Amino acid sequence: MKSGVQHKSVYRIVSIIVLFILAFLFVFPLYWIVTGAFKTTQQINSVTPVWFPTEWTLDNFVRLFARRTAPIFPMGPVGPAAIRWLFNTVFMAVAAMILTCITASMAGYALAKKRFRGRAILFGLIVCAMALPKQVILIPLIREISFLGLYDNIWAVIFPTVGWPFGVFLMKQFSEGIPGEILEAARIDGANEARTFATIVVPMVKPGLGALAIFTFINSWNDYFMQLIMLASTENATISLGISTLQAETSVDTGMLMAGAALAAAPIIIVFLIFQKYFTQGITMGAVKG
Amino acid sequence: MAKQPQDAMTRALARRETTVAYLFLLPSLVFFLGFVVIPMIICIFTSLTDSNMNAKIATSFVGLSNFIKLASDKTFIDALINTFVIVLVSVPAVCAFSLWVSSAIYRLNGVLLSAFRCIFYLPVVTGSVAVTVVWKWMYNNYTGIFNHVLKTVGIIDKNINWLGDEKYALWCIILILFTTSVGQPIVLYVSALGNVDHSLVEAAEVDGANNMQVFWQIKWPQMMPTTLYILVITTINSFQCFALIQLLTSGGSGTNTVMYYIYYTAFKLTEQAGHFGYANAMGVVLAIFIGLLSALQFKLAKEK
Repeated sequence: MKSGVQHKSVYRIVSIIVLFILAFLFVFPLYWIVTGAFKTTQQINSVTPVWFPTEWTLDNFVRLFARRTAPIFPMGPVGPAAIRWLFNTVFMAVAAMILTCITASMAGYALAKKRFRGRAILFGLIVCAMALPKQVILIPLIREISFLGLYDNIWAVIFPTVGWPFGVFLMKQFSEGIPGEILEAARIDGANEARTFATIVVPMVKPGLGALAIFTFINSWNDYFMQLIMLASTENATISLGISTLQAETSVDTGMLMAGAALAAAPIIIVFLIFQKYFTQGITMGAVKG
Repeated sequence: MAKQPQDAMTRALARRETTVAYLFLLPSLVFFLGFVVIPMIICIFTSLTDSNMNAKIATSFVGLSNFIKLASDKTFIDALINTFVIVLVSVPAVCAFSLWVSSAIYRLNGVLLSAFRCIFYLPVVTGSVAVTVVWKWMYNNYTGIFNHVLKTVGIIDKNINWLGDEKYALWCIILILFTTSVGQPIVLYVSALGNVDHSLVEAAEVDGANNMQVFWQIKWPQMMPTTLYILVITTINSFQCFALIQLLTSGGSGTNTVMYYIYYTAFKLTEQAGHFGYANAMGVVLAIFIGLLSALQFKLAKEK
């Protein structure tokens, strides 16, 4: 019995050590981006890696900002294109987030709490669409977008994100938890549908909305593929797209690329760390009951 | 007699309910139908035509000939094989790894648990472009740390051109894909392990079951729905592997995948550029494979 206990604790200690090593390896690329962004060109191109920069420099950012220029706002003064890309990306992610939250919470409520004709078919369609790889529909989508005159426009990336049915699915899961009696009571009190939704349903699915908001924000920020096929010009690019264009142009200037990568990753990582509680909740709710 | 008006009333109520439901669904349906379902239908339809980027050339119906051409397109077959290698290696690896990590961390205290969960999620949040840019540097022939570390340790004695060598390139991509895929499964497994019925676990322990037995006999069956979900999302994710290929090798060094080939056929300037019908046919084939695999996974999980 005693040796069994010892065995167990040895296993625990070994597994904790392995976990720390793995965690280190998973953080390492990020560490390498951040330190790389501040290393001198010489340190970056050194054959023996400089594990920790001894000299910190902002040259990489200076080169990144000087490389491409664009109006900072659609009509504004000309500045570094990277700043414009960041603004575009924030606008895109926020717009996608707000639209998704509004549409998905309404639709999720209807699917969970209303009995209507076509409900089963619609729900089946939503589940099927979720299993479909997004890229399969890319060509028809891009032609539709061109037809609508939205090509190379940030809304071309936003609309398909909003159409993606995961949000509806998630909000349906959360809305299932609303007790029918409360809705019934509101109806008897004479509240109309819109009022019931705004004053009863929305407050009750708030955790779900929080999860969906952060989920959509991060996914939209990182949806490189959609940005790649829908956007073309320097002014309209997102930060991911911009950095990838720079990489295609100049794969030798690693320092500048690291500065760009740091600029692209830092905001989204900060957002993630702040809201990670909601995020974890959203991932789990979207799966377990489904 | 009294029943009839009541029936009419129920029907009126039901109609009202349906109307209200569709009003709530309307904003979502506009986007869902407009940007997902309609393109999906057009995709299937276009795959049966010789649709082209040049709008001046009339599109004609060609039946299944795109699909027949695919079967003898060597580039497509190679891409399909690579895609399957990626899926068959990364899906089991991701599942096993995330299961182990989750079972090792789920009983840690709150702070440590969320720290680990965050760390394994970081590569996903960082975004594919930033991740690829840094890995490309790490794989670099001269300035990359892989060659340096492996040479220092003594595993290799000559620098390896990781991304330029057919022997290694695909595996390098699978490694990156792996690090960006385990985040979500870990979150899911941790929560599933936390939800395991404790009375069953305790009963088994009282009966003298050891840790391994408790895990495989009690916890594992209860986590089956989670495992299934993880299998399906990881499979879909691996099939969609695109950014890594486009940014690291552009499909060279034997790393072409179906997803990249679709993009290449549709948008890259080659003799094949703009062959939308052909590219759509590949999309349909890909969707069929994903559907079949998901169905298979469901079936296997059900039998268990």
